[in-house]
Amino acid sequence: MSTRYFGAAVPRLEDPRLLAGRGTYVDDIVLPGMLHAVFLRSSVAHGRIRHLDSTAALSMPGVRAVYAMADLAGFGAGPMPAMAPHPLLKTPITCSPLASDEVCYVGEAIAMVLADSRAEAEDALAAIELDIEHLPVVANARQGIADGAPRAHSGRDSNVIATLRGSHGNVDAVFAAAAHRFSETFEIHRGGCHAMECRGVVAAPEPRSGELSLWTSSQSPYMVRRHLATYLGHDEADIRVTAPDVGGGFGPKANVYPEEFAVALAALACGHPVKWIEDRQEHFLATTQQRDQFWSLEVACDAAGRMLGVRGRCIHDNGAYAPYGLILPTTALASFPGPYALAAFDLSIDVVLTNLVPTSPVRGAGRPNAAFVLERLADTIARRLNLPREEVRRRSFVRAEQMPYVTGGKMRDGSPVAYDSGDYARALSLVVDKIDAASFEERRAEAATRGRLLGLGFASCVEDTGLGPFEGASVRVTPAGKVVVATGAASQGQGHATTLAQIAADALGVDLSQVTVKAADSRIFPLGISTIASRVAVTAGSSVEIAARKVRDKAIKVAAHMLEAGEHDLEIENGQVRVVGVPDMNVPLSTIARVLSGSAGVPIPAGVEPDLAATGYFDANQLAFAYGSQACEVEIDPETGDTRITRYVVAHDCGRLINPLIVDGQIRGGVVHGIGNALFEHMRHDEAGQPLTATYADYLLPGAAEMPDIEIHHIETPSPRNPIGAKGAGEGGTIPAAACVISAIQDALGPEAPFVTMHPVSPEQIVEWIDQARK
Amino acid sequence: MKAPPFAYHDPRSRDDLIGLLAELENAKLLAGGQSLVPMLNFRVVAPDHLIDINRIPDLAGIRLSADDVVLGAMTRQCDLQASADLAASAPIIREALAHVGHFQTRSRGTIGGSCCHLDPAAELPALCALFDAEFDVAGPNGARVVKVGDWFKGYLESALEEREYLQSIRLRRWPAGHGYGFSEYARRRGDFAIAGAGALLEFAKDARIRRAAIVVFGVEPAPVRLAEAEQMLVGQTFSETLLAEAAAQASALDAMADVHVSAAYRRRLAGVVTRRALTEAVRLAREAV
Ligand SMILES: Cc1cc2nc3c(=O)[nH]c(=O)nc-3n(C[C@H](O)[C@H](O)[C@H](O)COP(=O)(O)OP(=O)(O)OC[C@H]3O[C@@H](n4cnc5c(N)ncnc54)[C@H](O)[C@@H]3O)c2cc1C
Repeated sequence: MSTRYFGAAVPRLEDPRLLAGRGTYVDDIVLPGMLHAVFLRSSVAHGRIRHLDSTAALSMPGVRAVYAMADLAGFGAGPMPAMAPHPLLKTPITCSPLASDEVCYVGEAIAMVLADSRAEAEDALAAIELDIEHLPVVANARQGIADGAPRAHSGRDSNVIATLRGSHGNVDAVFAAAAHRFSETFEIHRGGCHAMECRGVVAAPEPRSGELSLWTSSQSPYMVRRHLATYLGHDEADIRVTAPDVGGGFGPKANVYPEEFAVALAALACGHPVKWIEDRQEHFLATTQQRDQFWSLEVACDAAGRMLGVRGRCIHDNGAYAPYGLILPTTALASFPGPYALAAFDLSIDVVLTNLVPTSPVRGAGRPNAAFVLERLADTIARRLNLPREEVRRRSFVRAEQMPYVTGGKMRDGSPVAYDSGDYARALSLVVDKIDAASFEERRAEAATRGRLLGLGFASCVEDTGLGPFEGASVRVTPAGKVVVATGAASQGQGHATTLAQIAADALGVDLSQVTVKAADSRIFPLGISTIASRVAVTAGSSVEIAARKVRDKAIKVAAHMLEAGEHDLEIENGQVRVVGVPDMNVPLSTIARVLSGSAGVPIPAGVEPDLAATGYFDANQLAFAYGSQACEVEIDPETGDTRITRYVVAHDCGRLINPLIVDGQIRGGVVHGIGNALFEHMRHDEAGQPLTATYADYLLPGAAEMPDIEIHHIETPSPRNPIGAKGAGEGGTIPAAACVISAIQDALGPEAPFVTMHPVSPEQIVEWIDQARK
Repeated sequence: MKAPPFAYHDPRSRDDLIGLLAELENAKLLAGGQSLVPMLNFRVVAPDHLIDINRIPDLAGIRLSADDVVLGAMTRQCDLQASADLAASAPIIREALAHVGHFQTRSRGTIGGSCCHLDPAAELPALCALFDAEFDVAGPNGARVVKVGDWFKGYLESALEEREYLQSIRLRRWPAGHGYGFSEYARRRGDFAIAGAGALLEFAKDARIRRAAIVVFGVEPAPVRLAEAEQMLVGQTFSETLLAEAAAQASALDAMADVHVSAAYRRRLAGVVTRRALTEAVRLAREAV
């Protein structure tokens, strides 16, 4: 097989279309008779709906309907199905598409207005009379777990919905025998996803056939179809769900949302296509976020600073419901022991309901949290034992010769975690070298002459990627000789139309321009899971490889018949199957495809199924573990606390790179996300659970001007666990980034400053630490 | 986030504008729209009429005379930034404009809009305070001039009466060779500053400070001139201690707190940016001598 495209920095095939404004996002879908929906949302964090009157709203210009949940009862009722059931959750904790009794967060949808235009629908919102009785509010997870705390749901006896535990080895013995033990508590905050495109849904009922079409800006269109079918009592085959072009997802768009159901129900109820486009205000209120974790941890190490064990607990803010089960805290727990070979660990996470918008993974899910605490613990050891931070890590890493390394951790299904391949110390050495740590003290001294504090930071991580069970693909050669790849894996901008095409083009020996990728449409491909967990390259990529090879074998079989040659004498190149060494003896793929497309009365070669096409499902039952290290320098203005990241170096190993350009983009975007978490993004709420930072003036999403140049170095250790040797690349940039920035800030503040155990950190906070250090 | 319903008006002359102002109830003027349109979309304002003043031909422009600079209310921030005349006669304006929003917002936003909207951290009203501006306003009852000291009524509140509009702003020029300094601190590029300061200084031949003007913005609900600090400087020769003492006046302001920062931190920043602005003004003034 030639590998002309795999590994090449091919410019993204989708970009000319997207950059020229020729994409089709949900809002570009306009159907005859379509109505526009807006939601009446709860303005209180916890309350009981006493009275709702829409009479006045119904008489407003352009208004066609106002629905509460009771008005939709003919089509569906009750709480939404749980998307990811967990044995610890005895009953699903999900909301109804529209709340009819208790509301549990500011932004929870209560009613919807359908009107001829969005503006008219918004005008009518103010005319709905709504009376809500206030109930006591749980405004953060620590409050929620305290004795005598109010209940986030009035019907539950505890706000703790689950306690997760992950342990390995004899932790007590390891701690008892260790030379040193250090304790720290951590407060980690991550904000929302803030995709450029907010959510959006169009639902169109087909009254004659009874079919329903839904377009949604989602990472999980097939999950939406499955759960919507269950909810409506329809067959999956009668519901078409499409994720058209999607402008970013980053985790929260993997949920199945109440608005998706409500819009579908409303469309069925009124018989019109209905569109809802989430505006930015709603995005702040009603799209899932990640928010807070509070960790209390103890680390044990030997006399040389080698980490031996970690134990402790975490309080996790799960928000008002658990639509996504316990995925986020589970992922945090499953991320231990990170890149470190620990003899033992014992960790538990209390999952707490609060009266804030539900949480779900945001790029990296709980992995950045686990990386943050582990990396800060490594820095603690270095600080207390006066060792170089790199040295503590080198001594503690899983070593290359230990691969595959059984960590003692468990996967989500309970099976043991074994890292597949890689050299963790090498990635660290690479960033230490590239950032020129050796001459850092000279740079620090120079900055000091300008009155600035310079700091150097490091962080490392391991990331489980390629989560199973599968993401399938079919590959078909059309009679025109074009190759069409279809998959259920939705793209939110990751460049699947390029990378998957590269794999297919190589297998079939065709030019990349001949390959089209169609995705995330239940009429084009029958099954799909989700574009989450850095899994599509491994799962869908491998499936494309499998399917394309089947097609190749089939083409060769037919060509052998047509050319009267042996299969082993044939090769596939330039869109043709030809006899090796006799290029004139060839048959184009288009001809084979035409033959296999069939003509009345003309037989096709014996023993070959019609259609030059095949489907592949790579059985992704083992994870591929990407890893990397990052280093950065920060410069602090001690008078203002202003912190600029001046240099950033990444070493990353995601196995074989399908397209370095795309991987670089993933990593760069990922680092930006982590920097935002370290320094800027903070979703604040007051004691009443009211969001305080619900605009971009108050929620500090960083821009390009706040970002350093990011230098990226790749290591390519193939994963032995899939046919293309790839590991996921979607989150590795984010996972260690906040830890790296905080490590650098700590270094800049110096040994007298308190140990930094939180993010985001504000300039005001930094100024306080500087003052404390100087005292 | 769609604006509430309103009637749209599009006058082509000042007279038409005055006519509409006389006639319409609950009307708002639309200049660059960079503050008003977001407020409409958030439905924090709900005017019945929107009067677009973008097509009135003579509301924009930069005119210099020996003593003054007159800026039409509709002069875009990007045009202020690009003006060579302005850069030569009042260079701090260009310096400050680099901090006003973004390239995109400056291409629509106007000086009149900034001065009527009056965000506490807005740079342009602060510069008006620095240059002892006069605001030329007009309405159905005639025209009047408002001194800058009377213009700031409070948080987001100017001296403009109902049915009046701002025509132009007159700034008093400083002599060539004056020193200027501008410093602000914002979390992200283009954000409204947490605190900012501008300073103008003129040195006499004997190296004493002849004249000083200092403005601090973003700290109190409206920009403030540090009159005491200015007096402290005049007649003195430069020293680090003198600047530090002058700047300390900024740290004594009655600073606002918000969801992001405490009043104490804002006061601290006020002192820092004031000292930095003064330091820069001294440097440039001395360079010019
Ligand atoms: C992302 C972003 C960042 C920004 N950052 C900054 C910043 O850092 N610093 C800063 O100073 N500003 C900033 N702004 C605000 C920007 O400068 C606005 O342009 C300015 O506040 C208003 O000017 P405008 O011409 O757009 O006025 P408009 O938004 O059209 O009007 C604002 C108000 O002034 C009234 N008005 C306007 N002109 C007149 C007139 N001639 N007579 C009477 N009333 C009038 C309007 O009725 C309205 O009430 C930012 C804006 C955005 C969107």
